[in-house]
Amino acid sequence: MSKPRQTRDAYGEALVEVGRVHSEVVVLDADLYKSTRTVLFRHAYPDRFFDLGIAEMDMVSTGAGMAASGLVPYCNSFAIFLTAHCYDQIRIQIAYPKLHVVLAGSSAGLTQGPDGASHQSLEDVALMRALPNMSVLVPADGVEAAAMTMAAAELEGPVYIRLGRYPVPDIFDSSYAFELGRATWLRHGKDMTLVACGHMVNVALQAAELLAKREVEASVINMSTIKPLDRPAIAQAARDTGLVVTVEEHSIIGGLGSAVAEVMAEEGCGARLVRLGTRDVFGESGTADELLEKHGLTANSIAERTRRELHG
Amino acid sequence: MTAPNIHRLRQLAAELRVHVARMMGANKAHHFGGSLSAADIVAALYFYKMRYDPSDPSWPDRDRFIMSKGHCVPAQYAALAMLGVLPVEELPSLKRMGSRLQGHPAMHECPGLEGCTGSLGQGLSYANGMALAARIQRRDFRVYCLIGDGETQEGQIWEAAMTASTQRLGNLIAFIDWNGLKAMDATSCGKVMEPMADRWVAFGWRVRTIDGHDMAQICDVLDWADGSATVPSLIIAHTVKGKGISFMEGKAQFHNAALTDEQIEQAMAELEAQLSQAREERHEQA
Repeated sequence: MSKPRQTRDAYGEALVEVGRVHSEVVVLDADLYKSTRTVLFRHAYPDRFFDLGIAEMDMVSTGAGMAASGLVPYCNSFAIFLTAHCYDQIRIQIAYPKLHVVLAGSSAGLTQGPDGASHQSLEDVALMRALPNMSVLVPADGVEAAAMTMAAAELEGPVYIRLGRYPVPDIFDSSYAFELGRATWLRHGKDMTLVACGHMVNVALQAAELLAKREVEASVINMSTIKPLDRPAIAQAARDTGLVVTVEEHSIIGGLGSAVAEVMAEEGCGARLVRLGTRDVFGESGTADELLEKHGLTANSIAERTRRELHG
Repeated sequence: MTAPNIHRLRQLAAELRVHVARMMGANKAHHFGGSLSAADIVAALYFYKMRYDPSDPSWPDRDRFIMSKGHCVPAQYAALAMLGVLPVEELPSLKRMGSRLQGHPAMHECPGLEGCTGSLGQGLSYANGMALAARIQRRDFRVYCLIGDGETQEGQIWEAAMTASTQRLGNLIAFIDWNGLKAMDATSCGKVMEPMADRWVAFGWRVRTIDGHDMAQICDVLDWADGSATVPSLIIAHTVKGKGISFMEGKAQFHNAALTDEQIEQAMAELEAQLSQAREERHEQA
């Protein structure tokens, strides 16, 4: 198994390569360039890097103006400040005219850890998903984060990438190719399906291992594009296995769980759904692992919850 | 730059106001007061100052105009129609279902618009982004941005003001259309506005104050704004909300009001008379 790494690290490294390939790419930050890892781009391409200070709204709107002039800006901040603090700017100036701006939300989710509720974005996917024209990407590991970072330079319209600081081992190898809107089956099993995104994909794979020991064959789907959503994959998983459990370190209101629920209801899959994530509560200070434990997002909890659902 | 033909520009501004009035319609509320206060500035930009090719509104080297107070986009629609970027006949469709002339600017639908605004406070940052893009792309276009006086109560304006001076955006020129009124009250209600010029100077801008309805002053200050390569320019333009329509001038209740048929008739008559007068003065001068 590879050495665990953070998706923000993979992003920062890939961004340098993006800058090398795409001379039209510029990077904007708001006094967090070491945390967001755009410091690497800053060193490589100082003329195309702009730290606009502690002014996230200004940064996002500036990026919009750059995009309207033919540049491809990557705007960076912590996920919560980027999506919540700048929602209006993103909505009107970027999503509405479908400008090609990449929004990289760093230190997302419960696994942000010690800084507590103000810094733990549990709503960013919900916020971005609600915006017309927006693509929403949540990489499962460093390989996928790098691939999305590269791909985002060539996608159409605005793109949100959710990044984190929770070390995860590589799930994919160098042959992985990102395709917008395509879910990937990491494991095939007939009894139920775990649909996960981001850091929770690795946890879901561990849960599937535990379930296998208890003679439950679980499928695991990496739903790394939340929008546009791979509806056929969800419908097929629901019909084939009868039970879908979504896993995200995000609120179950508006995030992956909601997105999957919408598809299952509309497609009339006749399958059961369990949504694991935060349940209409704010986060709090703690280590990432303590918080995941508390919210039932460990491999053990997921396996246990699944077994209860299957066997009563 | 050749000297401005002030009489010609006055006539064009009067014509622009008539076009704004053509967008009015029975029971159709819109922000005509602020559109009229900005009319002379918008006319001077499009018909005197800006490097702009109406046959190619996406020309990469064009000067840009961002209407940060997006509710006053009728003034920009009128200018674009006069330039032939939009058909004049399209103007009455403003705010109607299916029209490209949305209530607030939709750059992806309407040619000639440079950005989407409508939520106040965002346009100056966006203009900064364009001015920075010019530097990165080694182009020499300028970016003009029109801000409402009330809009300066939005915090993001001051974030942008700091960015513009820090980034030494000499190719950025902003106007404040100081008509003294916002949606409900005098602009000074809720927040003290003065000393406005000193605030911008303190934020690192070069500042001039003018009468925003005096065409000679507007042209003069636009030429002055060319004069710095590294410092953004701010022009405080004192204006009258509803300028040109007697019953509307200086009245907050016409910020976003629907006019009666009689009011529209009177407004059109007054503006047409002003246009005739401007035309005569221009001929006399010639």
